[in-house]
Amino acid sequence: MINIPVTIRISLRALRANKMRSALTMLGIVIGVGAVIAMLAIGAGARERVSEEIDSMGSNLLIVFSGSTSSGGARMGAGSEPTITLLDAEAIKRECPAVLDVGPSHSGTAQVVFGNQNWSTIVIGTTPSLLDIREWQIIAGRPMTEQDDRSIAKVCVLGKTVVDNLFGGIDPVGKVVRIKKVPFTVIGVLGSKGQTMMGQDQDDIIYVPISTAQKKLFRPLFAGMIQFMMIKARSMEDLDDGQQQIEELLRQRHRIGQHQQDDFTVKNLTQMMQTAVNIARIMTLLLGAIASISLLVGGIGIMNIMLVSVTERTREIGIRIAVGAKTWDIRLQFIIEAVTLSIIGGGIGIILGQAGSIAVAKLAGLPVIISPLSIAVAFGFSAAVGVFFGFYPAYKASLLNPIDALRYE
Amino acid sequence: MKEILIEVSNLSRIYHVGDSDIAALNKVGLSISKGEFVSIMGPSGSGKSTFMNLIGCLDTPSSGTYMLEGIDVSCLVRDELAEIRNNKIGFVFQGFNLLSRTTALENVELPLLYSGMPARQRRERALDALRTVGLEDRIDHQPNQLSGGQQQRVTIARAIVNNAPIILADEPTGNLDTKTSAEIMDLFVRLNRDSGITVILVTHENDIAAYGRRLVRFRDGSIISDEATS
Repeated sequence: MINIPVTIRISLRALRANKMRSALTMLGIVIGVGAVIAMLAIGAGARERVSEEIDSMGSNLLIVFSGSTSSGGARMGAGSEPTITLLDAEAIKRECPAVLDVGPSHSGTAQVVFGNQNWSTIVIGTTPSLLDIREWQIIAGRPMTEQDDRSIAKVCVLGKTVVDNLFGGIDPVGKVVRIKKVPFTVIGVLGSKGQTMMGQDQDDIIYVPISTAQKKLFRPLFAGMIQFMMIKARSMEDLDDGQQQIEELLRQRHRIGQHQQDDFTVKNLTQMMQTAVNIARIMTLLLGAIASISLLVGGIGIMNIMLVSVTERTREIGIRIAVGAKTWDIRLQFIIEAVTLSIIGGGIGIILGQAGSIAVAKLAGLPVIISPLSIAVAFGFSAAVGVFFGFYPAYKASLLNPIDALRYE
Repeated sequence: MKEILIEVSNLSRIYHVGDSDIAALNKVGLSISKGEFVSIMGPSGSGKSTFMNLIGCLDTPSSGTYMLEGIDVSCLVRDELAEIRNNKIGFVFQGFNLLSRTTALENVELPLLYSGMPARQRRERALDALRTVGLEDRIDHQPNQLSGGQQQRVTIARAIVNNAPIILADEPTGNLDTKTSAEIMDLFVRLNRDSGITVILVTHENDIAAYGRRLVRFRDGSIISDEATS
């Protein structure tokens, strides 16, 4: 019969007898578990941030840019050549079955003035659809309407950052701001969407009807020209079809031959976001894997010390075997020692890992999420490390020949 | 005729060293009755230590049989032997072999730990054993705080704590001065006489061997003489 509580006491006494060594051995596990916890927390945080971004972006999104120009052999960026038009947008909405809605946009940077405050921001001229496409709520006032667009109304919807910077507590709805010296009436305020992954403030924005933008603010090269359009597909599955339909339609409309380059670019925003999620997930796995290596190294440290301990205590083991300790009495004694080291180390590691995660969150401004699951897994893993790396030394100890062990100096 | 406790016949222990076989013990037969006090003598390499290891169930014979209280011990496995050692045999070694950084009381309790006795009973039994060897006022001392004689008494207390019928003492006085040796030997004699414990003692000092009532001499792996002494 194996007396577990007594075996535990024996093991603890042995660990106490070598405090410094026990502490150093534990340190390996502390660092390993701490690193795993921190890395998983940072990884989960990054993934959460990306998911939030996807949500704030709106779902099932495609974006179409006008093509790039070449000037003297140097190709300009996407959207530099005016190729897509409002008519293209209407055609896409009409003719592509996978497309739910289209939000054509024409934008520019402008100085906005209210009273004695002024602020430089991005002004996007668009149709009322865009806010629906981006699933963006109006928290005060009203959204733009078709009527505003048709009548080239000088109305605007403000992002939260613009409101904060220009109004400072005053209700902006119904007030008049000047965009490029043109007076616009504020009809609504947008809810906050926060920052993008790149740290860009999505709320630093003003929406105006696209007709107004083109006639009063950013005069395009020709009537109806737009820079980009956001398109919402009917569903996640329709994204690829939608992209194909749009490309075919635009090639047709723009009369692009079979071997000619497109003069536009269609991008699958949602897919790009999914890619970002996947990257975040892979990063988490990678970080976790690297952290696990340190846990493994910590485990090897335990094994090393346990082997030293078995050798050092050969005589003690001989005495125990001589007076009647059985194979598993000896094995358990050393396994419990190893597990105790790894569990205490794991416990400290969990605390330090959390503290580290919170510190990273505070200092670097990265989001971190400490999941109870990762704590449970790290704890279980450290106990398993103890059993795994403790077993071989324990096995070795239990097989000692008592005659030799008793003579061991 | 007294009850037979230990009966060995044709007991051999052969060590394989390289290509050659060395017989440390060669077909030894011996029987020891309950309550005997046997001294075993012989030069080093005579096989007496090998014999003691076999008797103590620390080793298994290459051939031959060993009956202990009617049980054939020679065919038991490791953990069964551990159990025999635990409740039938008490060891007293030349080098004491006590656990360091462990109090006398806990050292004496050690065999009881492995026989699964409850803590309270363990403590009582260990205290009894320490009282028997006259160390009741040293129970909380660790081996390095005890003299050689006191350490050997702790070892003896450990040997008797499980009411084992046999004490195997391997040169128990080898590290002790004459006066202390005499005290330890008197303790063995007392345990043998008062408690009926069978004592088997290995020594190479004639005056120590003389405490026994039977003297067995080994040479070259065999018994060369076996006689009763005063």
